[in-house]
Amino acid sequence: MNDMTVPDAVADTTSADAVPSPGRRRVLAFAVSAPVMTIAAGFGTNLLVPSRAEAALPLPLTPPDTVDYYDVGDSLVQTALPTMPLVKLSVGTDGVATLDLPRLESGQGIATAVGMMVAEELDLPLSMVRVTASDARPELIFNQISGGSSAVRSFAAAMPLIASSARARLLNAAAIRLGVSASGLTVQAGVVFAADGRSIPYGELTALAATLPLPVGVPKPASQYKIVGKPANRLDARDIVTGKKKFTMDQAVPNAMPTVLRMPTQIRGTTIRVNNEAAVRAMPGVIAVVVIPPGGSIVPNPPGVAVMAETFGQAWDAGNALNVTWGDGPLKGQSNDSILATCKSSIAPLALPPLGAATVEGEFTFAPANHAPLEVECAIADVRANSAEIWAGLQTPIVCQQSIAADLGLPQSAVKVHVIPAGGSFGRRLFWDPVQVAVQVSKATGRICKLMYLRANDMRHTRLRPPQYHKVRATILLGQVISYEQRVAAVRLDARHGFGEMFTAAAGAAPVGVQQSIGNLAYEEVFFKTMVSSPYNFGVGTKVLTPVNLDMNTVSYRSVHIQPARSVEEIMVDEIAKKLGRDPLAFRLEYLRLPRARAVLQAVADAGGWGKSMPAGTAQGIAVHQESRSFIACLVEIDCTTPSSPRVTRATIAVDVGNPINPRGIEAQCEGGLAESISLVLSSGLHVQDGLPLEGSYSQYHFGRQKNYPKDVKVIVMPANGGAIGGMGEVGLSASSGAIANAYARATGIKPRNFPLIFPVDFTPFPPGAFPQRVIVPIQS
Amino acid sequence: MANQAFNVNGQPVTVDAPDDMALLWVLRDKLGITGPKYGCGINVCKACTCHVNGKAVTTCSTRVGDVKGMNVTTIEGLAVGDRLHPVQQAWLDNDVPQCGFCQPGQIMAAVALLNRTRNPSDADIDAIENVCRCGTYKRIRVAIKAAAAAMR
Repeated sequence: MNDMTVPDAVADTTSADAVPSPGRRRVLAFAVSAPVMTIAAGFGTNLLVPSRAEAALPLPLTPPDTVDYYDVGDSLVQTALPTMPLVKLSVGTDGVATLDLPRLESGQGIATAVGMMVAEELDLPLSMVRVTASDARPELIFNQISGGSSAVRSFAAAMPLIASSARARLLNAAAIRLGVSASGLTVQAGVVFAADGRSIPYGELTALAATLPLPVGVPKPASQYKIVGKPANRLDARDIVTGKKKFTMDQAVPNAMPTVLRMPTQIRGTTIRVNNEAAVRAMPGVIAVVVIPPGGSIVPNPPGVAVMAETFGQAWDAGNALNVTWGDGPLKGQSNDSILATCKSSIAPLALPPLGAATVEGEFTFAPANHAPLEVECAIADVRANSAEIWAGLQTPIVCQQSIAADLGLPQSAVKVHVIPAGGSFGRRLFWDPVQVAVQVSKATGRICKLMYLRANDMRHTRLRPPQYHKVRATILLGQVISYEQRVAAVRLDARHGFGEMFTAAAGAAPVGVQQSIGNLAYEEVFFKTMVSSPYNFGVGTKVLTPVNLDMNTVSYRSVHIQPARSVEEIMVDEIAKKLGRDPLAFRLEYLRLPRARAVLQAVADAGGWGKSMPAGTAQGIAVHQESRSFIACLVEIDCTTPSSPRVTRATIAVDVGNPINPRGIEAQCEGGLAESISLVLSSGLHVQDGLPLEGSYSQYHFGRQKNYPKDVKVIVMPANGGAIGGMGEVGLSASSGAIANAYARATGIKPRNFPLIFPVDFTPFPPGAFPQRVIVPIQS
Repeated sequence: MANQAFNVNGQPVTVDAPDDMALLWVLRDKLGITGPKYGCGINVCKACTCHVNGKAVTTCSTRVGDVKGMNVTTIEGLAVGDRLHPVQQAWLDNDVPQCGFCQPGQIMAAVALLNRTRNPSDADIDAIENVCRCGTYKRIRVAIKAAAAAMR
């Protein structure tokens, strides 16, 4: 690839929809120096986005949000681009193209979407494209982090060029073989044809092509797309439905021994001593008992006592038989109430409203939430004297490799890290704590450790979406909203993974062992500023985050700061509209800043039948959202006739990602986002009590099941509209969350304030520090 | 000294395991059959669902000693050669999976439902408790109905 092509691609991907570009920006050299502030300083009224609302002055003028110009996805896309030429795309003698994707596929459909780009440019059927998960490749630097809904955005900027260059190289080989000019060749389904009808399949050209210089390809114009933009099924679907897809614990690593970890009675508690180690070692199948030592570069090793055995069943039994004296953790005595009270007392003050203004105010809380991927945290580690090999689902494999090398005193190159597709992630696997545990056990035992957290620990000792408190005031003067202020205080978000490699991770982490640092705080404020925006023209609009320094295990989460902040704003929008006697749809259409936001909102209003009459105890709710260059709206119907179990009964979603690669995958993300919103808004949260969540399994952490999901769900994928490609994974939460909360308010008359809305402790918690007892279900004759 | 004898996917197997070991660990750790997944170990997430004599069971909560001589079917045993079971085919046709981790259990639960009921109602489908964290519930419902139609 020619160096000149990359900056052009950068410029393409960063031009914000309907907003004048502030000019080409240089690739980030260092994450914390994200040029957000510099860009923001250049804002002026000359950059205002024209909109119907502004045309109808005297609305006060709202400067565009920071994210109109620069969002966290841009930073991920831009930092990934310089090393895109190092991404490995190969064509084998069987004619199959293989892309070694440096991202974690965990259900988002990124492997399929990027594979479609490869198939398109190579003129191959999708069935002849394989996408594998790349091992950690430190030379990729910032180009091996999965997060920020940036994967498809990043590869859309580079993959067509890479794949079309590969195609040009194959055509040059064909031209030599056929003795014709490459310009007259065509390709159908991986077979190169000359004008005279002679043909050679790609597979017979690869050896020659490999000896030729790599030309610079010319990607197809979108008008010629046959695959990109058309619905496609997942590449791994057949392996999944036949049970062949291998997750980390399914890897056939010989002599990898099942291991579980008994964890303390409090989050980040300590192990003081094991009182019956000899007895447990003598139990059937038990191989070893290992107290996980303190330590760990970048992030501390999780505390606990590991048990290795011949089977997981025996490891579980032995782990439960351990008698351990545990020490307290930093959250001793803390509960949701005390944590949220600390957040509330930390919040930045709101400005005083002007004399004569009316206000609409609200205070909101969010309990900590758990990513709860179906595949528990797990890893395989094989530590030898001079090397180590690791298998795990990792969103940041490079920094994992670097930190494990540091932990073991090995050169980075001696640690091989295999990335395994994950059974869900949602941000959880940005950290690699199960790898840390598996490495310590393997090091201590000299055996290969196949570690998995049992579910109770995966619920209780996992990293959490931060609990948080929001305070909002909207000010209305002469019938117009003149300001919208939102203050957020949340337990600080651990971002010590950086941009996925040691350099930025160290900036976030230093000094070692200290959870919060100035670097980490700076990260979080940059993240917040580059993630959270408002789609509305509400005059003086501010959202300010105060990270609260509590020593809790946290990590990013799908739409981490955005889903709470924007759901709250959508609730407030309904309440402001009510105060003004306005219809929630008409009010939004008037105040939205951007036409694409209005378009998706109108689409769901039309398709979902906004405003129809609904029986008592049921209602519609509507909301709209923009994030990572994408726009989405949602209209739901809710049935609250049984107040303790509200049910979302219908949903209509419209999404505009600018340039849809795989509409079927986009629909899937929206459908899944709806399930997550139903859960986060109505039922899923953790009750921390004395430093430990009470919830220990899916019978207690109420993530929605089939009966909780509406039977009528329609997703409208807006056609390509020339906009820059937007992110998809995370944008799917806030509109559906806001719509559900608004529907609940309209059905019940109760203002939605504390999330999840239905949050009883309706179970008997497992004892702290223990695994649950096994359950035996007899076979029915 | 193998003391447990039963059939897995049509093949007789013998393993050495105590009667009270969960069938899930016998399948995964002793027989290397990895389609059934661990998700909770206590019969609440249903990711380990397999069939014993054609009925759905959660193998995490089934003692291996209770299936002596019985026929255990895992996701790996559902297709006949390359010919997919109609439920698997419906899953493909409707592109149901996302991450895929819960899907073997979802499919086995759906097959067991269709073994019981040729024409499952929405309430029958709602009664499937298998957790899907990615939220593929819409497509699961569509696929079960499509499979039911194909099997009639």
